[in-house]
Amino acid sequence: MAETVLEIENLRTSFNIKGNYYAAVDGVSLSVHKNEVVAIVGESGCGKSALALSIIGLHNAKTTKLEGQVNLKGQNLLNLPVEKLNKIRGKDLGMIFQDPMTALNPLATIGRQIAEPMDYHMKLSSAAKKKRVLELLGQVGIKDANRIYKQYPHELSGGMRQRVVIAIALACNPVMLIADEPTTALDVTIQAQIMDLMKELQRITDSGIILITHDLGVVAEMANRVAVMYAGEFVEIADVNTLFSNPLHPYTRSLLSSIPSNMTDKEELHVIEGIVPSIQKLDREGCRFAPRIPWISEDAHEDKPTLHEVEPGHFVRCTCYKEFHFPEERVEDENYVTT
Amino acid sequence: MSLLNVNNLQVHFPIRGGFFRRVVDQVRAVDGVSFELEPGETYGLVGESGCGKTTTGRAIIGLNKATGGEVLFNGDNLANMNGHDRRKHIRDIQMIFQDPYSSLNGRKNVLNIIAEPLRNFERLSPKEELTRVQNMIERVGLSPESIYKYPHQFSGGQRQRIGIARALMLNPKLIIADEPVSALDVSVQAQVLNFMQEIQKDFGLTYLFISHDLGVIKHICDRIGIMYKGRFVEEGTAEDVYTNPQHLYTKRLIAAIPEMDPAKRFEKMELRNKINTAYRTEYDSYFDKDGRMFDLKPLTPTHSVAVQQGGM
Repeated sequence: MAETVLEIENLRTSFNIKGNYYAAVDGVSLSVHKNEVVAIVGESGCGKSALALSIIGLHNAKTTKLEGQVNLKGQNLLNLPVEKLNKIRGKDLGMIFQDPMTALNPLATIGRQIAEPMDYHMKLSSAAKKKRVLELLGQVGIKDANRIYKQYPHELSGGMRQRVVIAIALACNPVMLIADEPTTALDVTIQAQIMDLMKELQRITDSGIILITHDLGVVAEMANRVAVMYAGEFVEIADVNTLFSNPLHPYTRSLLSSIPSNMTDKEELHVIEGIVPSIQKLDREGCRFAPRIPWISEDAHEDKPTLHEVEPGHFVRCTCYKEFHFPEERVEDENYVTT
Repeated sequence: MSLLNVNNLQVHFPIRGGFFRRVVDQVRAVDGVSFELEPGETYGLVGESGCGKTTTGRAIIGLNKATGGEVLFNGDNLANMNGHDRRKHIRDIQMIFQDPYSSLNGRKNVLNIIAEPLRNFERLSPKEELTRVQNMIERVGLSPESIYKYPHQFSGGQRQRIGIARALMLNPKLIIADEPVSALDVSVQAQVLNFMQEIQKDFGLTYLFISHDLGVIKHICDRIGIMYKGRFVEEGTAEDVYTNPQHLYTKRLIAAIPEMDPAKRFEKMELRNKINTAYRTEYDSYFDKDGRMFDLKPLTPTHSVAVQQGGM
């Protein structure tokens, strides 16, 4: 196993709502190795973005409480004062944001924006800096680097802007990258280009990548390992091939069968009953997915569900996966009595 | 007879500049688009942002003025009618918008939102109106008490149902759905797509389904038109377009769909690289010297491609 670069231990991110703290990320543990892409996938409100922001410390410090550990290079990022954290962010820990329109400064040239983290973290001469910026632009697949260097964000297309955002994140050779929905704001063909670019970059850099996304297609194309998140917890963690060939947790299976993929043709898509629980009303004791699969008997669930390692590297939360079936498969269940 | 017949539709937006802000040029957002919709079918308009798919939809319902061409709805040309005449026909065409967060007026409750089309076209007593709204709200699967709630009290999927309920209120024949599921999560998306197919059967609706998501389009549409730079690139049944794409742009679009089998991801990457290379070498055979698409040329009775007349 390659060297571990980032280790998250029992991270809990709670938001203050009217005086009480409610956990949006509820005890998450994950380690990311060198040269590995770990995808965190889930629907809106599951806590995946809160998780990303807590790792890099961009949460609102006044209303958010963080517990647990985020270890990078032997330091717990959660305990560091801002000045020390600033020495790590942008250098060892890079971030790729969702919307390149808002992530870039409209008043600064592309060259200056890519050089900015180098000004802060490295001592380079102007010439060396420019050389490095042009090299980065080349790495992210921008051909006419000299021209782009002098241009402003509004002069570039969405795909080009996202390439620039990636170049900024890569500027100081980070050991760890967090990509929060890097392709969501882009068109399909541009999304394909950015996915291919990131796969290419992964071959040449050593960084570990946490890829946050809601799109299982993007996961299948880019990730090595996948963590499926629901209501603040990981419900299934597996190697990408295993997750797609042998998904076990009811949530993972439901999610996969609700995608209009190439296989389904005009058939009905699977719909997950009910809605994602709000963090205030969430029942934190039992299986959090249980209310959405009411046809599964209560005995199937654990009391305080934990992650079980079903095969090496494949973790599933709660025991309900053993008895889970889709409602339309009910007929085959012998014990099911029609009412 | 086809329900809707769009004939050489053009929507141009003027670019103003210079002295007195004179018109200096035109943006050809929709530049000669023709297609037909048969009653009961679902027609998909696909393309990337800026290709003119939304403008086409908006021009049909009259939210953008057509610069040229015809929009024949049941044989009447909507494109050159004045507002007064158009009003008699337009109640049969309704629209579902992309973003359920911004397409519902936040200051109105659900009753007032859904009753608005009724108030525009029918004279009903408050009691009749209430019954109609209540029936509809039940039909779209929302609880009866929700008619006195406001949009912010609903989830994304529920809001989109309110938008659909509003569109169904006048029993329209044609519904133009502009990216109806793009702002929704996959599981909610599945819910709305299933629901749209269900009401299509029940109400005998015809859909013009506008989307950039090729997976969704394939799932729901019978026939598909692919747009690029305001023109049609390829048109055919879902089967034609997905299994036998002819135009280079269509191939590129289909290759861009994320591969759901992790084992094949590098294969897919190779394929995309190959198509990108082809884009550089074979560009001339797919676009004319102004970079414009050729006119559609039928390949089979159902499948046409924009290639040079007289050969591929």
